[in-house]
Amino acid sequence: MANNTAQLQEKPHPMEDILRMDRMPHIWCSGCGLGSAVTSFVEGLKKAGVSYDKTAIVSGIGCTGRVAGYLRLDSYHTTHGRAIPFATGLKLANRDLTVVVFSGDGDLFAIGGNHLIHAARRNVDINVICVNNFIYGMTGGQNAPTTPLGAYSSTAPFGNYEMPFNLVGLAAASGASYVARWTTMHARRLTDSIATAAKKKGFCFIEIVSPCPTVFARKNKGGTGLDMLKEFQTRAIIDHDADPTKIPLNMDNEIVCGEFVNEDRPTFWENVQSGIKSRVEKFTDWEEMQSNSKKIHHKTFLKYTASRES
Amino acid sequence: MRFWEKPFGKEKPKTICGEIHIIDDRCKGCSFCIEYCPRDVLELSEDFNKKGYHPPVIAKPDMCTFCGLCEMICPDFAIFVTEKEE
Ligand SMILES: Cc1ncc(C[n+]2csc(CCOP(=O)(O)OP(=O)(O)O)c2C)c(N)n1
Ligand code: SF4
Ligand code: SF4
Ligand code: SF4
Ligand SMILES: [Mg+2]
Repeated sequence: MANNTAQLQEKPHPMEDILRMDRMPHIWCSGCGLGSAVTSFVEGLKKAGVSYDKTAIVSGIGCTGRVAGYLRLDSYHTTHGRAIPFATGLKLANRDLTVVVFSGDGDLFAIGGNHLIHAARRNVDINVICVNNFIYGMTGGQNAPTTPLGAYSSTAPFGNYEMPFNLVGLAAASGASYVARWTTMHARRLTDSIATAAKKKGFCFIEIVSPCPTVFARKNKGGTGLDMLKEFQTRAIIDHDADPTKIPLNMDNEIVCGEFVNEDRPTFWENVQSGIKSRVEKFTDWEEMQSNSKKIHHKTFLKYTASRES
Repeated sequence: MRFWEKPFGKEKPKTICGEIHIIDDRCKGCSFCIEYCPRDVLELSEDFNKKGYHPPVIAKPDMCTFCGLCEMICPDFAIFVTEKEE
């Protein structure tokens, strides 16, 4: 189902099999980094070898929140800030799925901030990809919890007086199993990180620093999307050994990128299992109970699985 | 027997070349692909597309090494490369 422009091409774009082409062109502005992040995400899934039919993507609200609606995966566009609780339930109910939350800095760290730290603390087996553009893009450039000190926004016309969150530091301190930060310019390394996270057990957090030329750059004399990418290029350094709690992002300091945490901790589900096991074993045979529970199959809704072929 | 033409028994190494496809009317003229192509294959077109942006044009088609960076970085899914069959 390619649109008219694509039909004139002799070959379709390789992303067309996973994009909802009926919704293209997307709403993102010229020079916005979100499209590049989506390509890296899809390439990462391909690299990890996870099946599209076993992958669910959950977004909240915002420009970044649009990602779920543009991908031909099982996608959920939840209410503002509630992507993580939705994803937690989804994962616990159907543990074969790779569940990915793809949302913005405002959605995940302002209205949804508590969900994030508690999902990381419990080590719920989901992947959270946060596109950090330092602002509320969709609603016209209000201050986000990531807006750097001194930066201008529509709710900080004299410059922001608040200290921003350091997203990777917060995720790591809350107990995430995997924590990484890249910019949209690091397309290949970001792809590798997404592939690692897709295969990894436990709560994985990836921050993607992305240009928002329309709102953030306009208020802060940042120029076009290309100017912002060039600025990221000069500011970015890669240091996998950096302490994630010591690398905040300001207006002009270096953007320390890398994979900062990669550890194995028992997941929430594993802890639930071992907790139940120790109690149940007094009365019944645990192994037998497990094999019985595997016999209960999830219903397959043909209506949804067939839609990819149409 | 002219064995020296194939040192170590190997075929002559093939040079990998890419063929670039640009979907003009999907492009939003951000110039990411032009700026980050390591071989400076692309240039800004003088013409406008349907949306009023300047899409890229292929200036040096033979220089493309099929690295795929333009395809990865394009935020509008408007450019991709395939391996050129020699
Ligand atoms: C309950 C609720 N409160 C407020 C809003 C308005 N709102 C929509 S998007 C958004 C901020 C999104 O910011 P971010 O997550 O950074 O996404 P971006 O647009 O920057 O990608 C807000 C406050 C809403 N939709 N729902
Ligand atoms: S407002 Fe900013 S984040 Fe939203 S689409 Fe435009 S450039 Fe991207
Ligand atoms: S594939 Fe690489 S060399 Fe070829 S045009 Fe794209 S960026 Fe340039
Ligand atoms: S990166 Fe894509 S949208 Fe930007 S100029 Fe190149 S083809 Fe156009
Ligand atoms: Mg934002």
